[in-house]
Amino acid sequence: MTASAKPIARSRGRRFAFWRAPMLESLPLRISVLVICFLWTVPTAGLLVSSFRNPLLITKSGWWEGLLHLFEANQWTLSNYQQVLAGDNMGAAFLNSLIVTIPSTVIPITVAAFAAYAFAWIPFRGRGFLFIVVVALLVVPLQMALIPILKIYSGASLYGTFVGIWLAHTAFGLPLAIFLLYNFISQLPRDLFESASIDGASHFQAFVQIVLPLSVPALGAFTIFQFLWVWNDLLVALVFLGPGGDVQIMPTALFNMIGSRGGSWHLLTAGAFLTMMVPLLVFLTLQRAFVRGILAGSVKS
Amino acid sequence: MAPARTHESGLSRFLPIAVLIGLLAAAAGVRILIEPHGGQNLLASFYDLIGNPAGAEALRNGQGDQFLAKLLLAAIALFVGVGGIWLLFTGASTLVERFPPKFRDRILPWVFIGPALLLLGIYLVYPAVATIIGSFQDQKGAFTLANWSSLATGPFLEILRNNAIWLVAATAGSVGLGLLVAALFDRIKREALAKTFVFVPYALSLVGATVIWSFVYAWQPASQPQFGLLNAIWTAFGGEPVPWSTKFPINIPAEILIMIWLQTGFAMVVLSAAIKGVSTEVIEAARLDGANERQLFFGVIVPIIRGSIITVATTIGIATLKIFDIVMSMSGGRNHDDVVAVRMFTEMFQFFNDGRAAALATVLFIAVLPVMVINLRNFRRQQAM
Repeated sequence: MTASAKPIARSRGRRFAFWRAPMLESLPLRISVLVICFLWTVPTAGLLVSSFRNPLLITKSGWWEGLLHLFEANQWTLSNYQQVLAGDNMGAAFLNSLIVTIPSTVIPITVAAFAAYAFAWIPFRGRGFLFIVVVALLVVPLQMALIPILKIYSGASLYGTFVGIWLAHTAFGLPLAIFLLYNFISQLPRDLFESASIDGASHFQAFVQIVLPLSVPALGAFTIFQFLWVWNDLLVALVFLGPGGDVQIMPTALFNMIGSRGGSWHLLTAGAFLTMMVPLLVFLTLQRAFVRGILAGSVKS
Repeated sequence: MAPARTHESGLSRFLPIAVLIGLLAAAAGVRILIEPHGGQNLLASFYDLIGNPAGAEALRNGQGDQFLAKLLLAAIALFVGVGGIWLLFTGASTLVERFPPKFRDRILPWVFIGPALLLLGIYLVYPAVATIIGSFQDQKGAFTLANWSSLATGPFLEILRNNAIWLVAATAGSVGLGLLVAALFDRIKREALAKTFVFVPYALSLVGATVIWSFVYAWQPASQPQFGLLNAIWTAFGGEPVPWSTKFPINIPAEILIMIWLQTGFAMVVLSAAIKGVSTEVIEAARLDGANERQLFFGVIVPIIRGSIITVATTIGIATLKIFDIVMSMSGGRNHDDVVAVRMFTEMFQFFNDGRAAALATVLFIAVLPVMVINLRNFRRQQAM
């Protein structure tokens, strides 16, 4: 019997995948999907469970055994979190992370949006060449910038300051931001700008009143992307903010805990989960916009 | 548009003054942000002003309302960082628009792209050139090839080997698994939910992911209970407990697995979208020709989504070449698992050998260059499709 002899028509319509096999939702398929989801979740689940376990028990038995005593109060505690927030400065690091991340997201997207608008809609000499230069900068790894910028920062007393790391993150994010926003903004219909300029709107007004509102999907996608990238960054923070002190952000604080509290799993697990809370929250609430952004940057939209 | 214009012209009379005041405030904010203990000092001055010298004294000694000072600093930071950049663009545009049209049209584009070009020049173009030059200089600035020739010696060959292993294993692993997961999940009803489970790790920091997996890899002597998941399973099957994350050579695949765990979700999302974009006619034609499911997938679908596979592979490949956080948090590269980016950091901050660090950065640049070119070419081809 050939494949063509089997009924090809799919009763469920096109909402589901077109090439779905006759083995649709067969038992092996279901089991392998469940196994994959389980494998991908277990490591994080172990961390989360352990962060609430009584510190005396955490190295005495596996966290999965702790789950057998789910309703025994002496097994569970919040003290790990209290200790990490106060003792390991995770509370201050949380505020520092916000101070670093929000401007490091807003500034590059603003600067990039203005530049992308000019590259797309204001004719000027050297436009094509400069745009190619900006895109070409995508190939420069940020490691190339570390030594010279650190030297400048030491001289200009920008080392260890929030302003310093904002500017660094801004510049490192710019090539990709300009590239992605240009791809979006240059596709807006020309008529929009023509009627705006007949109405006497300046470029600034056209940008603020027409381009920004229409670009919300692209701006939103890049915002999420940059936010997660800056929030999770360790390298740029270690180099420009330094290894510790008043200004350390959450990844730096967690990194230092690995060094100083390597064996104290009750604190490490709680600290790690604290650093993950914001990204998880952002990710789970804005997953669709995030996916759209990833796809815009990688495949034809 | 027209009514908005009249409204604008009424507003525009005091807009420049408002912008100027805003910019001055932002400049003052930057001063506070750059100054060490700026937040504490500002709050202390305020306490002095309202007659609370004790509170001010405590703050200056690093005690008292430190958290309040931090909050104050955060508020200033948000005003300066978020508001300042908008004031800057608004102010410059408003100013330039008052110029005679001839000048205005010539200057305005530079108001829009100027800040971007300035930042890119200072933070990428100049440093890239300076780093390449620096890789040919010794500590005193004289010309030398020593930084480069030293990369051909034992420990550095090991580092380059590790980067090569990372590049191949992490990229192939993430793309392969991503493709598999995308294909499998494509056939189930609750696809979106299932994908979320695999995609979530992508949002986590590499440092956090390293802690998660260090806990999975945790090792105890055989006499003790194994609370690390992997060793618990391993010993249950009769194995001796293995220090997965610290013992060479098993530590390298153990670290790479963290990256694969993180990146598979990204590969899955992109490839899944690509698979859904393959046209129904092509599939049905292949089925009519008698292709079985495997032939259909590898013979028809994979070639069609080739562009997306290249995109995913190059994106993950670049991230893998620059890998830093995982190795840095796991061992600092001390267990024969060192990689270029970690070693560069060590050279900078432990050995203070900027010349060699510059050479290592340039190695990364050279390695990333061809991968990025493939990526951009592929992107353009896809756009043209």
